[in-house]
Amino acid sequence: MSESNPSPSLYAAREPVFPKEVSGKFRNLKWIILAVTLGIYYLTPWIRWDRGPSLPDQAVLLDLANRRFYFFWIEIWPHEFYFVAGLLIMAGLGLFLFTSALGRVWCGYACPQTVWTDLYILVERWIDGDRNSRLRLHRQKKLDLRKVRLRLTKWTVWLLIGLATGGAWVFYFADAPTLLIDLITGNAHPAAYTTMAVLTATTFFFGGFAREQICIYACPWPRIQAAMMDEDTLVVGYREWRGEPRGKLRKTSPEAEVPQGDCIDCMACVNVCPVGIDIREGQQMECITCALCIDACDDIMDKIGKPRGLIDYMAVSDETDGRAGQAPRNIWKHILRPRTIMYTTLWMLVGFGLVFALFIRADIELTVAPVRNPTFVTLSDGSIRNTYDVQLRNKHGEQRQFQLSVTGDPTLRLQIEGTPYASVPVAANAAHQQRVYVISPKGTAPSTRDATPFRIWVEDNANGERAYKDTTFNGKEN
Amino acid sequence: MSKESKKFEDDPDTTGHVWDGIEEFDNPMPRWWLWTLYLCIIWAIGYTIAYPAWPMINQATTGVLGWSTRADVANEIAAVEEGNAAINAKLASVELTAITSDAELNTYAASAGNAVFKTWCVQCHGAGAAGAKGYPNLLDDDWLWGGDMAAIHTTVTHGIRNEDSDDARYSEMPAFGRDELLEPAEIDQVVNYVMSLSGDAQDVEKVAAGAVVFEDNCSSCHAKDGTGDREQGAPNLADAIWLYGGDYATLTETVSNARYGVMPAWNTRLTEWQIRAVTAYVHQLGGGE
Repeated sequence: MSESNPSPSLYAAREPVFPKEVSGKFRNLKWIILAVTLGIYYLTPWIRWDRGPSLPDQAVLLDLANRRFYFFWIEIWPHEFYFVAGLLIMAGLGLFLFTSALGRVWCGYACPQTVWTDLYILVERWIDGDRNSRLRLHRQKKLDLRKVRLRLTKWTVWLLIGLATGGAWVFYFADAPTLLIDLITGNAHPAAYTTMAVLTATTFFFGGFAREQICIYACPWPRIQAAMMDEDTLVVGYREWRGEPRGKLRKTSPEAEVPQGDCIDCMACVNVCPVGIDIREGQQMECITCALCIDACDDIMDKIGKPRGLIDYMAVSDETDGRAGQAPRNIWKHILRPRTIMYTTLWMLVGFGLVFALFIRADIELTVAPVRNPTFVTLSDGSIRNTYDVQLRNKHGEQRQFQLSVTGDPTLRLQIEGTPYASVPVAANAAHQQRVYVISPKGTAPSTRDATPFRIWVEDNANGERAYKDTTFNGKEN
Repeated sequence: MSKESKKFEDDPDTTGHVWDGIEEFDNPMPRWWLWTLYLCIIWAIGYTIAYPAWPMINQATTGVLGWSTRADVANEIAAVEEGNAAINAKLASVELTAITSDAELNTYAASAGNAVFKTWCVQCHGAGAAGAKGYPNLLDDDWLWGGDMAAIHTTVTHGIRNEDSDDARYSEMPAFGRDELLEPAEIDQVVNYVMSLSGDAQDVEKVAAGAVVFEDNCSSCHAKDGTGDREQGAPNLADAIWLYGGDYATLTETVSNARYGVMPAWNTRLTEWQIRAVTAYVHQLGGGE
């Protein structure tokens, strides 16, 4: 935090952060995650997937207009939205699992805010130079040609990245190649331009200027996840019992009377921190556990010939052992514990349930809504007629002929509205609303009973696949 | 990290709040947060100038943009009407039978007719079109004046017993009891006969006597076999459907006082395409001929 203030102000300006370049295993891991996640985000809409002539050939498509969600070989209809709910539950449980095992690992590695900020800092470094030149540029009051040029170049590149980000988003909702041409020629729907504009602006602003302020002040997730962490959670920490007392590295003999820790107070960990904190002050609200300070410190330890791990992933439960000079326990001893096992079990249960539901999904379905106003109609010959609104769903990529029939009482007769036939065509990949009459002749049991249960069947003439729904027939009691 | 609470020189002051030994830092708010508050205030002022906002005595301020939900709805309705103009014109001009033979037109007409029905017809015929005593059930296969498109169209257009229209349907059943055209005993006999037509077992002697009364007084309209005559709106007495009721008391009342059902002529209130739409809707309810 900033220097102490005798009369504390109610408001504080943002302290700009100029993270220094760092290299190491966590930095490399972060580069890989950045490339993979951004690659998935930007390229997925362009993957093609042949579904036949009447269906879109985009592998991942949220077709809001036709209310379909396509994901490679899976096609989700609105009434199957529980798949999406299930995936969200799995995402939530997965987040809980990783948080309880590795702390704010989502924040540090995979959160879009972190990934795009990382990308924006990379651009900033290319254009403005590393920490020191950026600091100089920041402190330079005079707006000379060079500063203007650098600022404009940087903002332009940021804007282009933002534009690509907003653009990629809308490609998930329409055929990407068509939409790209429409966007360029100005023929796309206003919603596409608005969405792009908003996402471009937020990416530009959040990644370029707001950065860690989003994590500290805007995001609710950092506040929630403390509930999932305990003394076995691996978080980024500083072994102060090893590092303190810190001080400049003295090349004098070890018998110098002043004790010295391993920390040489080089500020490398502070200089690389993207949220501008000093990890040596302990766990802090602002820390997103990006582990870049570990890379920075390990590098210094190598240079001064001290063992790595002064700053490291560590669990609170290891602290006592650490102070006693013992090595930390194996990380699996921390990770495998009731909490993480429970999260993993729940995650897998939901996952297996979804996979199971996916496999037993029928290709034809029906729902039956009895028309209850009125419950029955008396016809001129005295027979009783009930009406049902039957929704037939054909998930095949071609038109199918659906045969309808009833079982449950031999006197019941089914009649499809508007046709003398017992079957009705249902278009490819469509739901068809069909009004169906069921008639019971005068004097038979169903026509004189309040309610007679029976079953409406639908059969796909092409392959004999069947489905049914149970409903009731209402007669005239007297 | 450490268990003992460790304080640093640059820690801010605490608010003095302590929960379970946890103290709260008195950190300053970020300055930009304050700016977002000011921006919101400026936005709110601009909004109240641009849009309806402040309640006055008669109505709220209208805003300089002149926007209103009412105008939005009016525009949307106008847009829908404009979009439907072509198909409405087609609906109003084609042959009546061409409506049912054109699947697209029929689907449109039936759903548009549903809206017309829900607005103008449900008061008597019910939301489910099942009618009530004296108001025909439109779902069944029994029609007083005919159930094909042309007959329904005529009924809807001109109404029943509507004195403002020369083309209106009129049924003229004499009040056999009130006007003393039949003796009470004869009415008793003919009611028994009429009930026997639809299969209800009755007093055999009265039925036989009633058959003669029916032949002399009723068959000119209701036909010799009691199946009625749609030209005159004389109902079929041999089927299972009764507009007012098929029990003895109701039939006695009907024969004695006659029934004069009325229906407004809709050509004065609805446009031709609306009438045709509601005709198509009624036709596809389950009894269309």
